[in-house]
Amino acid sequence: MKGIITKLTGDSSFDLKNWLLDNIVTIIFWVFIIVGLFLARDVSIDWFFTELCNRFYRNAFLILSLIIPVVAGLGLNFGIVVGAIAGQLAVIAVRYWDMGGLSGFLMCILIALPIAVIIGLLTGILYNKTKGQEMITSLIVGYFGNGVYQFIVLFVIGVIIPVQMGHPMILYDGIGIRMSVDMGTITYSLDNLLQVPFAPFVAVMAFLVLAYTLWYQFLRKAKPGTKEKMSPIQFVLFIVLSLAVGIFAVAQAVTGGWMTKVREVPVVLMLVIAALALFITWLMNTKLGQDFRSCGQDQTIAETNGINVNRTRVIATIMSTVLAAWGMIIYLQNMGTLNTYTAHNNIGYFSVAAILVGGASVSKATISQAITGCLLFHAMFILSPEIGQAVFGQAALGEYFRTFMVYGVIGLSLGLYVWRANKRTKLELKPREADGTLKA
Amino acid sequence: MVESVKKFINKIGIPTFAVGALLVAILIAAAALGQSIPTLLTDILKRVGMNGVLVLAMLPAIKSGTGPNFALPVGIEGGLMAMIVCMQFDFSGWALMAASAVLAIVFCSILGFLYGKLMNAVKGAEMTIATYSGFAIVAFFNILWLAIPFSNRKMGWMLGSGLRETIQLKNYQASRIISDLLAVDIAGVTIPVGVILVLLVFCGVVNLFFRTKTGYAIYAGGGNPRFAEASGLNIDRNRVIANILSTVLAGLGIILYAQGYGYVQLYNGPLNMAFPAVAAVLVGGATASKVSIANVLIGTCLFQGLMTAAMPVANQIFTGTDLSDIMRIIVQNGVILYALTKVKNGGDR
Repeated sequence: MKGIITKLTGDSSFDLKNWLLDNIVTIIFWVFIIVGLFLARDVSIDWFFTELCNRFYRNAFLILSLIIPVVAGLGLNFGIVVGAIAGQLAVIAVRYWDMGGLSGFLMCILIALPIAVIIGLLTGILYNKTKGQEMITSLIVGYFGNGVYQFIVLFVIGVIIPVQMGHPMILYDGIGIRMSVDMGTITYSLDNLLQVPFAPFVAVMAFLVLAYTLWYQFLRKAKPGTKEKMSPIQFVLFIVLSLAVGIFAVAQAVTGGWMTKVREVPVVLMLVIAALALFITWLMNTKLGQDFRSCGQDQTIAETNGINVNRTRVIATIMSTVLAAWGMIIYLQNMGTLNTYTAHNNIGYFSVAAILVGGASVSKATISQAITGCLLFHAMFILSPEIGQAVFGQAALGEYFRTFMVYGVIGLSLGLYVWRANKRTKLELKPREADGTLKA
Repeated sequence: MVESVKKFINKIGIPTFAVGALLVAILIAAAALGQSIPTLLTDILKRVGMNGVLVLAMLPAIKSGTGPNFALPVGIEGGLMAMIVCMQFDFSGWALMAASAVLAIVFCSILGFLYGKLMNAVKGAEMTIATYSGFAIVAFFNILWLAIPFSNRKMGWMLGSGLRETIQLKNYQASRIISDLLAVDIAGVTIPVGVILVLLVFCGVVNLFFRTKTGYAIYAGGGNPRFAEASGLNIDRNRVIANILSTVLAGLGIILYAQGYGYVQLYNGPLNMAFPAVAAVLVGGATASKVSIANVLIGTCLFQGLMTAAMPVANQIFTGTDLSDIMRIIVQNGVILYALTKVKNGGDR
């Protein structure tokens, strides 16, 4: 057994038990979704994929904004909630001035930038003062930010910042913003730029993956130090899957199957998401990216190597906050309305849960984990009420179940991570306790 | 003069000072606005009685070194389940209180034991994991409230299955049963002597517990784990005991809360109940690693006082806006953030 696994994975240190522990959440979700698709018979496959794609376009950018802080050793930044708040403030300003369309969208992006930088700076400084407790701090920062934000939109706007009476966005007594703000022509301004049908898009993507895999395995000259080739099992999987998906998509496009009924793909939005992914990959290879990584591995060593740890961590937080603000604007242009007082509340939980489902942990997160996590998490989210309806006759049960999954996933993956880290430190001769006795 | 003021603030702590000053300012504003101070004080005392034991639940957890019990909902759900089971069998009045208290101790001991084990497995990140354990258990019990076939008509929806979101205790002759006990009127202020006595008894019992050998051991393990371990104390076991105690207090606390409120709140009612309790004990002068009974009592009075007094005042000055709730959010989370910046040597792995 061991021999076979080693041969398949091309990695002699592969340990099945550790692999299972590393990926337990992802596995649970795969099983849930596959079983769920069988159970929920009423779900039509094209509706499922339309929903899933929609949620992907909406959330992918937000989830990607979590990667930088993880690499920099800050853990999972639940504080992207305050980033989202910055985005919402920008949206409110732009809608107040009644700008619309793509220029309105770009204006939101522009206005959100300075707000998010300032908020990010403040939270970054706070994280430096609470080292070791960043995650609970980031959660509370989200709540605190929510309070300040509500104070601004409910009181400051109207009492301190003068606004025009009778503006459709302002409450009737001239103080505060209404419960929901219509995004006007900003709605779908990015989505609608260029849309292509789903089936051909999937086919093209699948064949691109196929070509890339072949290039990676046979033609590429590996840089020294990087992994030379995929393991046999990975290679075969990639080839078979991409070929199957590609051929299936072509067949669907030709015969007009369910894939032709799936929502069209907003190419520009996809390009924006891809650009962010590329940016993060590029960033990690720059000096700054290396600094992030050293801070993430060991702050003391980073400091002795002449890296200004605190400054680096603040930069990571600012970047995450700005990206979250932009992500929120993208999310809102897809939604069409801004629920002024509640839109930001669950952004932190959902995004963190999603990236964890993709297999990320407190200290490691990659782009592919963010993408797969986004798809898996939202597939669960769509299916859960349907399963509740199909199996128990109660959709509400499924809704409570998915909330349970959100918190459960976060608790389980964080708990497993800390538990295993603690076990490891115990194995390594208790270094911290050793220096404790020295000092005593 | 400035020096001595600074010294005074440092001595009682910035959160205590800030919230205390705010409370005094609001009470003065209330008097100036012509609001009835006795009514305000009555309301404050009522809220203190309702929340006191929930805040007291923070004490064992902090003393044992796991930090404030952000997983308060674990105990709360245990207490609620105890009440619901007793109400299913049509207990009412004092019998309901007694039976659900006994059952709550049983349920919460089991939950607290498991939770304590969990806290031992995740040393160094207790607060984060605790928060999510709390959230997860609320979501899990949401499923139970809907799925367990409770059949008592007073608790169900008119149509369909599952429990109601809020269940009136009036139908069980248990609304404000302890809160109205021995209530005394002094100059217009109603003092709920019964509930205050109950709160003080709980404080006394917890205080006595921390004077036993086990209690001292828990305290020693929380203050200096390495030293305590070197002296042969079983820290992990003590932390479990402390968390059982904390969870049981949360379970009993919610029963006291529910009778004072007059309703049992199910589903997402308990979701965010940990944060006000954590904030209250911090306002009382506790830190993430140090706490006393006085911190609990002072904190509950100040924090609940501020929350209760702010609402009518804010509503009168700025009609139509819900400023008092915004203030609650900012004060509550600001206090917790401040305490987090004071946590020493967090598990920096």
